[in-house]
Amino acid sequence: MKLREDQIERYSRQIILPNIGGKGQEKLLNAKVLIIGAGGLGSPCALYLASAGIGKIGIVDSDAVELNNLQRQVLHSTKDVGRPKVESAKDRVNSINPEVEIIPYKMRLTSENILGIIKDYDIIVDGSDNFPTRYLVNDACVFSKKPLSHGGIFRFDGQAITILPGEGACYRCLFPEPPPPGLVPSCQEAGILGAVAGVIGTIQANEALKYILGIGELLTGRLLIFNALDSSFRQVKVPRDPNCLVCSEHPTITKLIDYEEFCQLRRKE
Amino acid sequence: MSIKVRIPTPLQKLTQGKTEVETEGKDIRELIENLEKNFPGIKERICDEKGNVRRFINIYVNEEDVRFLQLDKTSLKDGDEISIIPAIAGG
Repeated sequence: MKLREDQIERYSRQIILPNIGGKGQEKLLNAKVLIIGAGGLGSPCALYLASAGIGKIGIVDSDAVELNNLQRQVLHSTKDVGRPKVESAKDRVNSINPEVEIIPYKMRLTSENILGIIKDYDIIVDGSDNFPTRYLVNDACVFSKKPLSHGGIFRFDGQAITILPGEGACYRCLFPEPPPPGLVPSCQEAGILGAVAGVIGTIQANEALKYILGIGELLTGRLLIFNALDSSFRQVKVPRDPNCLVCSEHPTITKLIDYEEFCQLRRKE
Repeated sequence: MSIKVRIPTPLQKLTQGKTEVETEGKDIRELIENLEKNFPGIKERICDEKGNVRRFINIYVNEEDVRFLQLDKTSLKDGDEISIIPAIAGG
């Protein structure tokens, strides 16, 4: 693969970086990333990945754009209210970089469909907004040995960790099971500052880029914790759990689980 | 003896909005009991009915998860920093 003149121009500011170069740019142009959720996390992530020249980006989201999304979901515009998010996302991404192939998946992920979707991608970015999907994505990535960038946000807090199945801790090594319904305020009821989504979603894009380029140190085996109010970034260690329910040598979870959806607001939809 | 405990956003209602509190305790179990004395209701948010830390909340001594140390018997010393970190799912 030889970079065209216009590609060299478009990506020149990253091609000149010593760790990237033309070879690195070719890796990005050949890479396939799946983003789960075109919301607060998926928006900045998709924008940076597309701008960097990722060849193929799959975007999974079953929802339509709502006015209250626009405070943080920077992929979508006022004129998009009512449109499927995957369509709005495709238009926005391609207006920045028409070369990126966007594969929209207007659906909710389930134990039935997830393995068939993730198998075509090099790395998965989880920007979903609920525990059932997060555990489904983790388990599916462990079963399929797919790298996963996990990000979560809540009010002024954000968390991120990168999971390389078989090499480092998975999400269940960190938090073995989701909270039971009703115990943790989730989804829309909790509130979120848009910039927090921007910080964490951008970190996820950075992790995906580093993985594809093979540079730097991924956030494996450690959880990054961001607090917007004191502008602090901290890290804690996340060892592999020898008794992990899904990624240890003797897992007790060997099939995908569709946990009950427990966000009351979502259930009413 | 003084141990700093970082309180996660969902529990800050119980600490009158404080993001950090100072307390004492020779181990995690005692620390949680002392937190409960000062901030009634906080224990049942952190622990289940059997007194075990809930499966979607982790407690760290400095950078280390107590699940990989001695759980609630993990001993504490002056100057340790405790973080209570719950799973968060928003996106």
